[in-house]
Amino acid sequence: MITQGAGYLRRKWSSRAMLILSGLGAGLCILILALILGYILFNGISYLNMDFLTQPAKPVGEAGGGMRDDIIGTFILVILGSAIALPVGLMAGVFLAEYGKPWAASAVRFAADILAGVPSIVVGVFAYAVLVRPMGSYSALSAGFALAIIMIPVVARTAEESMRLVPNSVREAALALGIPRWRAVVGVVIPGALTGIVTGIMLAVARIAGETAPLIFTALGSAFGYQGLDQPIGALPLQIYRYALSPYDDWQKQAWAAAFLLVIIVLGINIVVRLVSRRRRR
Amino acid sequence: MQNSKTMQAPSHKRGNSGTSGARRLGDRIFFNATLIFALLIVAILIGLLIVLNMDAMPAINKFGLAFLTDSSWDPVKEVFGALPAIYGTLLSSIIGLVIAVPVSLGAAIFLAELAPRWLSRPGSFLIEMLAAIPSVIIGLWGLFVMVPVIRNPVESWLGSTLGFLPLFQGPPFGVGFLAAGVILAIMIIPIITAVSREVMEAVPDTQREAMLALGATRWEMIQKAVLPYCRSGLTGAIILGLGRALGETMAVTMVIGNSYAITESLFSPGVTIASKIASEFSEASGDVYIGSLVELALVLFVITLLVNIIARLLVWRMTTVKAVIG
Repeated sequence: MITQGAGYLRRKWSSRAMLILSGLGAGLCILILALILGYILFNGISYLNMDFLTQPAKPVGEAGGGMRDDIIGTFILVILGSAIALPVGLMAGVFLAEYGKPWAASAVRFAADILAGVPSIVVGVFAYAVLVRPMGSYSALSAGFALAIIMIPVVARTAEESMRLVPNSVREAALALGIPRWRAVVGVVIPGALTGIVTGIMLAVARIAGETAPLIFTALGSAFGYQGLDQPIGALPLQIYRYALSPYDDWQKQAWAAAFLLVIIVLGINIVVRLVSRRRRR
Repeated sequence: MQNSKTMQAPSHKRGNSGTSGARRLGDRIFFNATLIFALLIVAILIGLLIVLNMDAMPAINKFGLAFLTDSSWDPVKEVFGALPAIYGTLLSSIIGLVIAVPVSLGAAIFLAELAPRWLSRPGSFLIEMLAAIPSVIIGLWGLFVMVPVIRNPVESWLGSTLGFLPLFQGPPFGVGFLAAGVILAIMIIPIITAVSREVMEAVPDTQREAMLALGATRWEMIQKAVLPYCRSGLTGAIILGLGRALGETMAVTMVIGNSYAITESLFSPGVTIASKIASEFSEASGDVYIGSLVELALVLFVITLLVNIIARLLVWRMTTVKAVIG
């Protein structure tokens, strides 16, 4: 009885110790998040001002200036990327959820998952080879193309998964009314899955808004603002990268302010979308 | 509308076949459209491989396999080798995994097994937020906040206590492999945690109950029932994290110091495939130079492709197990 008790005590305490360690792991994750967000918010707010939002960038050596053009550039690139990615992603999602024969669907699904895992810098090199080189110029278009490739698999897979959640009885009811299958998909299944589809799209938008690696040699950055889709264009994350590595104190401060703005946009989308989709699901 | 007409007059055969023909046409167009867009995803993937191969040809032709084993990078003489970049990519990813795996598994165990619902939900939510922060912002934070900390307390302490190991010798730079590894750990912790948590939650409760009924403590239950049951899923989660780490670009580029060299010391600046491409591609000129950078991208693509395929298969196997049992 006594030896058993001692063994039990040892097991009990080693169990406690391991459970506490696992709790520390979770705590460490939250601590890191708090540290990153804390620094971004604190530094960002102190360097953010109206000039930053409304002024174009100043050349090297001149104080002041802002990131107006890069903020606009990011919006243009996100819209461009979405315009290319949405039709492809949504239709592919419909194929996967509604039509795919098992082998064809799993091949496409596999390709989408693999494409989602391709490093974004490699996608950038691809966009450079396909668009920048033949066109002879860095361009907003090539950057939008790169962002679209990153976005497509995410949209396709989330659209598929939310359409799968629509019960089969709903499809059957629609078909029983005598409408053709495509009308049933467009008019009944997609509206039924809309919250999930929009959630996926918004999360993908948040992701590409912060993508930097594929923009370095597609969008390149521009000191003159938006000049057309076939010309270089600035973007917020690109400017954070450039300014953070620059030796100028003023630029580094602007990098913090830009990081603050980008975090607000990206996490804002994430939080709102998750709250809305969670409430709908209940 | 058309159909209700045919229902009222079933004998009207011609109209019936006409509507179903039109309907079949609409269906066929829609189906083919979805098929084309779905196949486009496969085409992009294959196109990536072909295009990268084509653009890397000048370098492939000039260096052959020696590209992978050579460690020079000289744009003036046009001699390029990928070894330091491959070495740096693997080394920084391994450091990242060594730090991230215990933390992520701990966090996943806490969220899946221990935390009450009111705590595990916001906990998972916050960790997802960590995953959503753009890489360049983590890099900015790493460069200005983390690197000074790594230089002074961390590296000088490691150097004075573990300095007998070649890993921890040399002057503390701050930027370097260690900083890159820590940044990578921060970036892959959320993904490993999220997937592991999901895999653990897929373990049926009967497994846990059986273990507890045998008199196991809570940790023994996790260690002997939960973890072995989802081993392949957990391996998949870790390899998925490895895939992310290998291709991670911005944050690593900002803290690794960009020095094209192979060193044993974790403190010294280094380079990864992704950081090399990011920092030089827009300034490169000449077919061989650009081709070499594209070949680097190709190497990275193939490595991550293999890693991701392995991870997918492992996680899928786990989820089919889940489908069969629960």
